[in-house]
Amino acid sequence: MQRIVVIGAGHASGQLLDSLRRAGSEAHITLVGEESWLPYQRPPLSKKFLSGELTAERLAFRPESFYEKHQIHTRLSCRAVSIDRDTQTVSLAGGETLAYDLLALTTGTRVRELAIPGAELAGVHYLRGIDDALGLQADWQGRDNVCVIGGGFIGLEVAASARTLGKNVTVVEMMDRLMARAVSPGMSEYFLGLHTRNGAHVMCSTGVSELLGTDGRVSGVRLSDGREIPTDVVVVGIGVVPNQELAQEAGLACDNGILVDEFARTSDPKIVSAGDCTNHPNSLLGRRLRLESVHNALEQAKSAAASLMGEKLAYAQVPWFWSDQYNSKLQMVGLSEGFDRAVQRGNPDEDKFSLFYYRGDVLIAIDSVNRPGDHMPGKKLLAAGISPTPEQAADPEFPLKSLL
Amino acid sequence: MPTITLIQHSGESYTVEADDGATVMEVAIDNDIDGIIGECGGCCSCATCHCYIDAAYLDKIPPRGDLETEMLEFASSEAKDNSRLACQVEITDELDGMVVTLPETQL
Repeated sequence: MQRIVVIGAGHASGQLLDSLRRAGSEAHITLVGEESWLPYQRPPLSKKFLSGELTAERLAFRPESFYEKHQIHTRLSCRAVSIDRDTQTVSLAGGETLAYDLLALTTGTRVRELAIPGAELAGVHYLRGIDDALGLQADWQGRDNVCVIGGGFIGLEVAASARTLGKNVTVVEMMDRLMARAVSPGMSEYFLGLHTRNGAHVMCSTGVSELLGTDGRVSGVRLSDGREIPTDVVVVGIGVVPNQELAQEAGLACDNGILVDEFARTSDPKIVSAGDCTNHPNSLLGRRLRLESVHNALEQAKSAAASLMGEKLAYAQVPWFWSDQYNSKLQMVGLSEGFDRAVQRGNPDEDKFSLFYYRGDVLIAIDSVNRPGDHMPGKKLLAAGISPTPEQAADPEFPLKSLL
Repeated sequence: MPTITLIQHSGESYTVEADDGATVMEVAIDNDIDGIIGECGGCCSCATCHCYIDAAYLDKIPPRGDLETEMLEFASSEAKDNSRLACQVEITDELDGMVVTLPETQL
């Protein structure tokens, strides 16, 4: 019987397993996951899970019964340490080896760690997995002051959750605006206002030089200008790095991620890879990129599953993302990087507006706040390469649907 | 525990027990019923858990929010008066016996 080993237990992995079985794969499948959890929904961790609205059980990507029903052998709390491509085996921590005919790498990313004095103090948290979120939840209970280092999606979602729980929140961001890597200055400005209105103290263009401690526990943050902010808890959200070492050490081509083609195939025909850990081509964007998103993980996993089944399903979709902060739902489609004109539709003062980004006459991305009616047709417009005129985009009464 | 019935577009029907407080989307996923995707995990961001609710039960469910209504307008299958996003419908005892029909496609 054909043996498939899947290393990594996140969204891409869950989808890959689902797609394989739904496509009728009868392979002997083993899932190796470093965490003690079966694949789960990661996005709520910084939002509804942290604020206490969702329990861990409700995060499961598929219930435990799914793995039993589909005869997927799960090896959790188990780390793969190396891949031997000649003998087609994976070595696990502890010495055991698993033989494979086909291998899938869905290893995801890990948090970038703060490299300053005091980073090892108790009370300093990162947020990537359920265990991180549980740790943070337990630690900030009864503690009032939270300092978030990093004003990206994770940092701001944590800040919003902390404010919702009534904590005093300071956000420290090194760049001159929030979520600078993902959204335009106009959108950053809206979110700065949103957090400020909700009582968070946001400091942009501010670095952190040291975490200060008392008896081994964090008690303050020293900023690069010398000022000190007292705090009880620190949450660090300064980005992630792809888990590509396993692939790299096995000699697979990597460059800011495991290199794959549009069919999620690595440089070894027996190995596919999908999700945050891959650097992949996107024919719609005309370039290679590495994405950190659920949509990317799910869709690329479908291509990876097809390749494992000996079929071809090219992955070429317009990226989309979302973030929930307070009562503002941000939905993003396309990549706005490199735009030369942003057209506003709707009213930021009513927390309901979109920015349409153009390069020349071509629409390249849309960021929407509480306007799914722009985001949803926007996905289709971008996929079809249809650009509304800037005048049409600016008129909230103009039906975007009519262009489809 | 309330029991609900999900009917796929093909006509295949599943009657399952549903946990109080779970959403209809979670019930479909937990029972491995094809036809509900729930790409965003249930936060009203993707419109891939579109379903049609038995008319007799509509008034037992809190009405749609504005975002949900706007999302549904652009769902892949036609939105009707009884359309809901399954992630926004929470199971309560009152929904015992409810029939939920799934659309032809979610993508």
